Amino acid sequence: MNNLNSWTQLALFVGALLLITKPLGLHLVQVLDAQGRTWLDRVVRPLERATYRVCGIDSEREQGWQDYTISMLLFSLAGMLLTYFILRYQDLLPFQSLFNPQKLPGVNPHLAFNTAASFTTNTNWQFYGGESTLSYFSQMVGLTLHNFTSAATGIAIAAALVRGIARHTAQTIGNFWVDVVRITYYVLAPICLVFALVLVSQGMIQNFKPYTVAKTLEPYTTSVQKTDDAGKPVATADGKPVMVDQVVDTQTIVQGPMASQIAIKMLGTNGGGYVNANAAHPFENPTPLSNFLQMLSIFAIPSALTWYLGRTVKNQRHGWAVWGAMFILFLTGVLVAWQSEAAGNPIHQTLGVAAADGNMEGKEVRFGIFSSALFATVTTDASCGAVNAMHDSFTPLGGLVPMFNMQTGEVIFGGVGAGLYGMLVFVVLAVFIAGLMVGRTPEYLGKKIEAYDVKLVMIVLMVLSTTILSFTAWAAVADWGKAALNNSGPHGFSEILYAFSSCVGNNGSAFAGLSGNEMHWDTTTGLAMLIGRFLMIVPILALAGNLAGKKLIPASAGTFQCEGFTFVALLIGTVLLVGALTFLPALAMGPVVEHYLMHAGTLF
Amino acid sequence: MKSLLAEFKTSLLLTLVLVVLLCGAYPLAVWAGAQVLFPAKANGSLLVDPDGTVRGSALLAQNFSSDKYFQPRPSAAGTGFDATNSGGTNLGPTSAKLANGNHAKDASGKDVNDPGNFDGIKDLVAAYRASNGLKDTVPVPADAVTRSGSGLDPHISLANAELQAPRVARARGLSLAQVRALIGQNTAGRDLGFLGEPGVDVLLLNLALDRVPSGK
Repeated sequence: MNNLNSWTQLALFVGALLLITKPLGLHLVQVLDAQGRTWLDRVVRPLERATYRVCGIDSEREQGWQDYTISMLLFSLAGMLLTYFILRYQDLLPFQSLFNPQKLPGVNPHLAFNTAASFTTNTNWQFYGGESTLSYFSQMVGLTLHNFTSAATGIAIAAALVRGIARHTAQTIGNFWVDVVRITYYVLAPICLVFALVLVSQGMIQNFKPYTVAKTLEPYTTSVQKTDDAGKPVATADGKPVMVDQVVDTQTIVQGPMASQIAIKMLGTNGGGYVNANAAHPFENPTPLSNFLQMLSIFAIPSALTWYLGRTVKNQRHGWAVWGAMFILFLTGVLVAWQSEAAGNPIHQTLGVAAADGNMEGKEVRFGIFSSALFATVTTDASCGAVNAMHDSFTPLGGLVPMFNMQTGEVIFGGVGAGLYGMLVFVVLAVFIAGLMVGRTPEYLGKKIEAYDVKLVMIVLMVLSTTILSFTAWAAVADWGKAALNNSGPHGFSEILYAFSSCVGNNGSAFAGLSGNEMHWDTTTGLAMLIGRFLMIVPILALAGNLAGKKLIPASAGTFQCEGFTFVALLIGTVLLVGALTFLPALAMGPVVEHYLMHAGTLF
Repeated sequence: MKSLLAEFKTSLLLTLVLVVLLCGAYPLAVWAGAQVLFPAKANGSLLVDPDGTVRGSALLAQNFSSDKYFQPRPSAAGTGFDATNSGGTNLGPTSAKLANGNHAKDASGKDVNDPGNFDGIKDLVAAYRASNGLKDTVPVPADAVTRSGSGLDPHISLANAELQAPRVARARGLSLAQVRALIGQNTAGRDLGFLGEPGVDVLLLNLALDRVPSGK
């Protein structure tokens, strides 16, 4: 705890986040008002109008919650189908020499389904290594499109819910098409354009060249398994592999349009890496500065949305109270993860590893312990899922933090939009519980919270936890489930629990030892992602519609104040008790027991 | 509301418009800006010999095993340092394979070549101590015996470089001071003075060493 440098980095991160929250929040207020004016109007407004004309969008007309939901579902469906077919037939599309210079084959059906679901739901779970599986075209169109659209959709839903809270006796909650277009044109695209160039300045690649083959300084000989002409491994009669020496004197260096994809991967809390190692790869995250900016960009929009909430419901202190609850949960996670990783692994220390260095397995030297622990917390608080270190190799408690963050339902800042609407579900529940405790009809910002609202809230919470736990239970006992594991003992169970927590939470990070691209895993995690996204959004839009229609009750002396310390404490309590306590038994079987076993020196 | 069909048409049209803008115009704009402003970085920070041969990327680790070179961190990318197959071991804290390794043996107990062979931290610690002449009681820098997340980590810690310096100096017939000076020149400090951790870029350092005339 006495590393001054790490504390400075933490303070700088929090300071920078606070600094951008209001200006970006104000910008969101302008963008999410269909008639709002922004400083980008002169350039973007004509493009916006043209888009409405081409697509037949009536920007003057608002939608009720059912229409809003249908538009959202159709838009997601169109994008998901597009990506599925691009991946399946990436080897048959035109301009192969430009868009697929590595001649990568089409993706199999279940992996294509999994990946299409993954990017449509803003999860970006990856059962493939990007550099060895996807053509430039698949990366640029199939995936980058969703990085924008799924992020815009998330923000749109959050805006619809906030409008539902702010309005009274109203029939409509906004226009989905207008929200998506304005968010994309005025927020996501302009920021990414600048951000991508900043990332290139740090060493990130952006080109359309085929992979470069370098002649390495020191050729070396390695022993590999012999393969026949068809590329199959050769074995002796008794099944032993045949090994041959191979001289390695080259290194093939990945190229491609990376920076444009990574900028939106971070800003849109998508998290899907261009290459397998994601933000641990020196191209995807070249310097500590690029690392810092990437972390900041993950939290930027979720944090600004709390300010948008406060302004829109005309109670800025409520917005900051929600921010405060998120911040306290975030800070706790960082401290636990940081300390666990800094303490390191006693088993490895017994073998001779310097104790002061902490747990460096799966971490990069340029980031070190603190920036890796901070990144892991940020990326799982928000439903980003990019990783700059391998969470699978974290210490048990260091790995528990990301898992726990996802199991709260991704509400600690959360995904863009998704974090706010997820947290507002807890807010409604917290207000309801507070009402029960004092024996009054629960009210939220002047609206009565009634049985119908609480039912919707409970559907959201129960669907999430049930889906995670049932899929985990199934995979933990099924042969297909266990076959994919990279670790044994409690850590193997953690890999499964992490996978479904990540997919349902639409996070996308992994205990990446888990090897998917197998029919059962691709299908179950694909379904988990779709459930975690759409079975959450639809009840939330229904809630938005219902709240919008309610009458406003004048505040009285007994009105519960949705601000200040009491509210923050109540909200945190609700997240912990209702959201996360459900997972305590499962966590006890995974990371908690592993923590004690590690200290006892037990190996699996 | 409009008919479902009209809504679906809108969703398809908007998808197409966004494909053109976000998947066409946007990456091309970034590409143009990057190639004009930062051409070397946008193309992979390649290290090129005077004759045009690409020797690697300043950002990606290569394998080095002889005494005269500084050695990077062990790599789990593919079969090692495979830049098209980045990744870590993904082995957890209680993994026996990670701690003690995995070595196939024949009937007589001798080590045999096997694709499943894996050096554990125990093996890596022993090898590091042996090659650098360290006593069995000296703690080994963590980065020297753990695999990075990418398998392509270009850096090693300052402590790791310091422990390797005498071996490299001896193998090249250079003075320790000369080697240390080169380490200093190829060390990336913390960004802005406090972001991240300092590290020594192994590939750049080894290239610099090769340019120094040998003392022998």
